[in-house]
Amino acid sequence: MRTDVSKINEKSPHQDLTEGLMLFNAGTTKEFETGEWRTNTPVWKPDVCKQCLLCTPVCPDSSIPVVDSKRLNFDYDHCKGCGICAKACPFGAIEMKEGR
Amino acid sequence: MAKRDRMSGNEAVSYAIRQINPDVMPAFPITPSTEIPQMVSTYIANGQMDTEFIPVESEHSSMSATIGAEAAGARSLTATSSAGLALMWEELLLAASNRMPLALALVNRTLSGPININCDHTDGMGARDTGWIQIYSENNQEAYDNFVQAYPIAEHKDVHLPIMICQDGFITSHAVENIELLEDEEVKNFVGEYEPEEFLLNVGKPIAVGPYSVSNYAMEARKNQEIAMENARDVILEVAKEFEKLSGRKYGFFEEYRMEDADYVMVIIGSAAGTAKQAVDDLRAQGKKVGVLKLRVFRPFPAKEIAEALKNAKAVAIMDRCESYNANGGPLGMEVIAGLFRNKVMVETVNYIYGLAGRDFTVTDVYDIFGQLEDLVENGTEIEQFQYIGLRK
Repeated sequence: MRTDVSKINEKSPHQDLTEGLMLFNAGTTKEFETGEWRTNTPVWKPDVCKQCLLCTPVCPDSSIPVVDSKRLNFDYDHCKGCGICAKACPFGAIEMKEGR
Repeated sequence: MAKRDRMSGNEAVSYAIRQINPDVMPAFPITPSTEIPQMVSTYIANGQMDTEFIPVESEHSSMSATIGAEAAGARSLTATSSAGLALMWEELLLAASNRMPLALALVNRTLSGPININCDHTDGMGARDTGWIQIYSENNQEAYDNFVQAYPIAEHKDVHLPIMICQDGFITSHAVENIELLEDEEVKNFVGEYEPEEFLLNVGKPIAVGPYSVSNYAMEARKNQEIAMENARDVILEVAKEFEKLSGRKYGFFEEYRMEDADYVMVIIGSAAGTAKQAVDDLRAQGKKVGVLKLRVFRPFPAKEIAEALKNAKAVAIMDRCESYNANGGPLGMEVIAGLFRNKVMVETVNYIYGLAGRDFTVTDVYDIFGQLEDLVENGTEIEQFQYIGLRK
């Protein structure tokens, strides 16, 4: 019953859906933009940032990408704007602004 | 070779569980089902089975853990009664919507209040719309036989739904009666190995179970779940046929007892069917044309088959061991009457509420009920179509 779920969409008849809406894939949430829920937005200031990386492990949505031991700008497709990173930052390098 | 023994209903179900030897059993004790996890634990401690037993902190957890284990790829089950089933409420629906073919040994007990621990069908009937297959048993033999048939029904590829095997608390669960048991090897072969196609611990083939579904998908998913319940009809009958070949004991959606020419029929579920059959024998000896339709499968509801079986009756007593507080009748009464109407079988019906919270239901009560039906048909006496039997007035 393994089905290519990428072929299922909001127009698919019920016969084409998987049993119990099971997904046969890993990491599919990446394709779903949940950042649109955000009502507050963290703004990163790279010139103030010391790259201590205290912000990355506290992000509940893994929305602070790290490449070669350096954090990059926020993944705004998935950041919900909770502000935990801004609280965790000891250098004031993350500022919360209202709205998306 | 069949083996004769004497057992309580709880012992019988525990014996079946030992023979099935499922992978995981999370459970939390509640009267009158407590003996089932207790006896299974003893079998495990004695090395007679190797099921992973998980003592959990509540029934909310036992059903959650059963679903989790089943999703992981393990054949899983639990047991409960009454308030325990009520605490599982949220997970019962998830087990069904996630299409988990797990099993539950339900030992029917009333729900409070007034606070009471005795038998009626309030717990099982409360869960009638959760998407579970529900099979009710009259005695220890049926509880055992139904449990042996549980996984072949639930795990069938056209079904994949959870299954509840019900027996009456105390009356069946604690009363010791004669029983015919199958050999371990026979049960093992009948139930077979559990080989799920998709499961969480399937290395290299990741899946997600129970994802969030937006409105554009949820309704279609529910239709598919409803189709699975319809499919369960044929599967239940197929499995019963296979079981008959093995055991010689015949099962269907319901048992028709002395129904061939019956003018007056009692439709009833569970242990009280035995009482009704005794009364029918007594009345038949006096020349009364009476019979019993004992419902075994409540979900899926065999409306068409019931209507067909009742079409030649003059009047039918539909017995509910549960109040539904819709101010109109009990759950079985409502479904049977709706089934008769949809199939254009227009026989007289009276819906009786009996045996709530362990109230005795006697052969005399059955005589009275058949007397009322006869009075209704023969003399045109008006009878309340929804009434309590055995109530002090």
